[in-house]
Amino acid sequence: MINIPSTIRISFRALRVNKMRSALTMLGIIIGVSAVITMLAVGTGARQRIGEQMASIGSNLIMIVPGTTTAGGVRMGAGTQSTLSLGDAEAIQKECPAVLYVAPVLSGVAQVVYENQNWSTGINGTTTNMLYVRDWPLTSGRPFTEEEIRSAAKVCLLGQTVVDNLFGSLDPLGQVIRIKNVPFTVIGTLESKGQDPRGQDQDDTIYVPVTTAQKKLFGTTFPGMVRLIMVKTNSAEDLPAAEKQITELLRQRHHIGQKQDDDFSVRNLTQMMQAAEQSTKVMTLLLGAIASVSLLVGGIGIMNIMLVSVTERTREIGIRMAIGAKTWDIRLQFIIEALILSLIGGVTGIIVGVSVSEILSLLAGWNTVVSPLSIFLAFGFSGFVGMFFGFYPAYKASLLNPIDALRYE
Amino acid sequence: MALIKAQEITKTYRLGDIALNALNNVSLSIEKGEFIAIMGPSGSGKSTFMNILGCLDKPTSGRYLLEGVDVAHMNRDELAAIRNKKIGFVFQGFNLLPRTSALENAELPLLYDGLPAHERAGRSTEALAIVGLAGRENHHPNQLSGGQQQRVAIARALVNNAPIILADEPTGNLDTKTGFEIMELFVRLNKESNITIIIVTHEKEIAEFSRRRIFFRDGVIVSDEAPVRA
Repeated sequence: MINIPSTIRISFRALRVNKMRSALTMLGIIIGVSAVITMLAVGTGARQRIGEQMASIGSNLIMIVPGTTTAGGVRMGAGTQSTLSLGDAEAIQKECPAVLYVAPVLSGVAQVVYENQNWSTGINGTTTNMLYVRDWPLTSGRPFTEEEIRSAAKVCLLGQTVVDNLFGSLDPLGQVIRIKNVPFTVIGTLESKGQDPRGQDQDDTIYVPVTTAQKKLFGTTFPGMVRLIMVKTNSAEDLPAAEKQITELLRQRHHIGQKQDDDFSVRNLTQMMQAAEQSTKVMTLLLGAIASVSLLVGGIGIMNIMLVSVTERTREIGIRMAIGAKTWDIRLQFIIEALILSLIGGVTGIIVGVSVSEILSLLAGWNTVVSPLSIFLAFGFSGFVGMFFGFYPAYKASLLNPIDALRYE
Repeated sequence: MALIKAQEITKTYRLGDIALNALNNVSLSIEKGEFIAIMGPSGSGKSTFMNILGCLDKPTSGRYLLEGVDVAHMNRDELAAIRNKKIGFVFQGFNLLPRTSALENAELPLLYDGLPAHERAGRSTEALAIVGLAGRENHHPNQLSGGQQQRVAIARALVNNAPIILADEPTGNLDTKTGFEIMELFVRLNKESNITIIIVTHEKEIAEFSRRRIFFRDGVIVSDEAPVRA
């Protein structure tokens, strides 16, 4: 019969005898476990940030941009053609059942002036629907009215970065700013959204009615032209259906024949975001895998020390065998020793890993997330390493011949 | 029934192509309560015989009956259990675990017998008292004299109430006076507890303490005498 508590006591005593050696052996596991925890924390943090950015862009989005122009066989980039119109946007809203909100956009960059301050920013001519498409609430003021959009009123909503740069701490509501020398009244400010997944500041923007942008700021090649149309669906499941409905509708509206290419392209933003998230996930796994290599090396360190320990304690093993220790008594003694080494190393490594993750997020400003799963995983893995690399030395010890072991000097 | 019955035991070692008979058809019978000295020059086979008696080694051929049970064909773990319950070992070099108290050293056989901690401590304390080490339970081997260390080893041999104590040159590392004290302890255990004691020695004075002396030479028993004590 095997007496576990006593065996654990014996193991602790054996480890205390060589404190330095035990500590160094543990160090291998500590480094391995803390590396795994830190890497997973960094990876998970990055993924979480991308997730937040995805949410800030808005969920279940489709973006429709004009197709490419071909001039004398030279194909230009996407969006160079001007094929989309307000009419398209209205038709999508009316005729595509999978679509929830549609917001046309005519954008451009312009210099904005308020008193003695000026700032260059992106101007987006759009409709009130944009706020729903992007899930973008106002911090103050009100959205555009139908009337303002119909009449191309000179009103605008400001992003937080624009507010900061033009007004500082002043209240912009009701103030008049000049965009391309056209005076606009500020009727509202947008909540801060931060960076988008490409690292661009989403708050560096001004919204104006789409009609105003067409008639008073940027002009159009044909009446009602817009640069892109944003579409939101009810759920992610509706995205493929919406894509299909939009494509069919626009081909029909643009009179595109069976064999002709689309003069627009429909992009599923959510899908793109998911691809980005997927790649971070792969990165996290890769980082974790690399870190586990150091855990493996730590495990080999344990095996090395346990082998030395078995040789050093041959005589002790002989005594124990002579007195009645069975095969598994001896094996367990050494396996438990290896387990103690790796588990103490594992717990220390978890503490170190969590601390390093905290320090990284404090000093380097990285977003790190230590998930309970990664702690559980690291702990379990270090236990497995101890068991796995402890077994061979223990097995070797248990096979010793008691007579030879007793005579060993 | 004899406590120990060795029947035509042969032990052959192979060194390359040469077969060496360390023991050659040795037969021997030992009754309970005997006090035996096994003597002989080195290479005579006495150590090999002791290892077989102690179930540390198996004979190449022959039968070894311990309390009527043939142990020659038992596996490692079965032999370990026999050693644990039936045989107490005392070695020339004491073979105590370093950095381990006298109490814990003495209770080691009980640990492998699966006894709970409090029972182990109690019986170990008793055994230490029998060998005259009451009050030294918490001393480590390096805090004890050679004679005291050997007493701890004897306590360890006693603790599981084994009917046999095998002692391999138990006084070899001790001065003459301490050696005699240890031998007197063996005599007392033999008389008071009827424990069978088998000692390997090459010292005549030590063998004098026994009641039966067996001489080995070249792998066979050359004489088996029960001298009358003066």
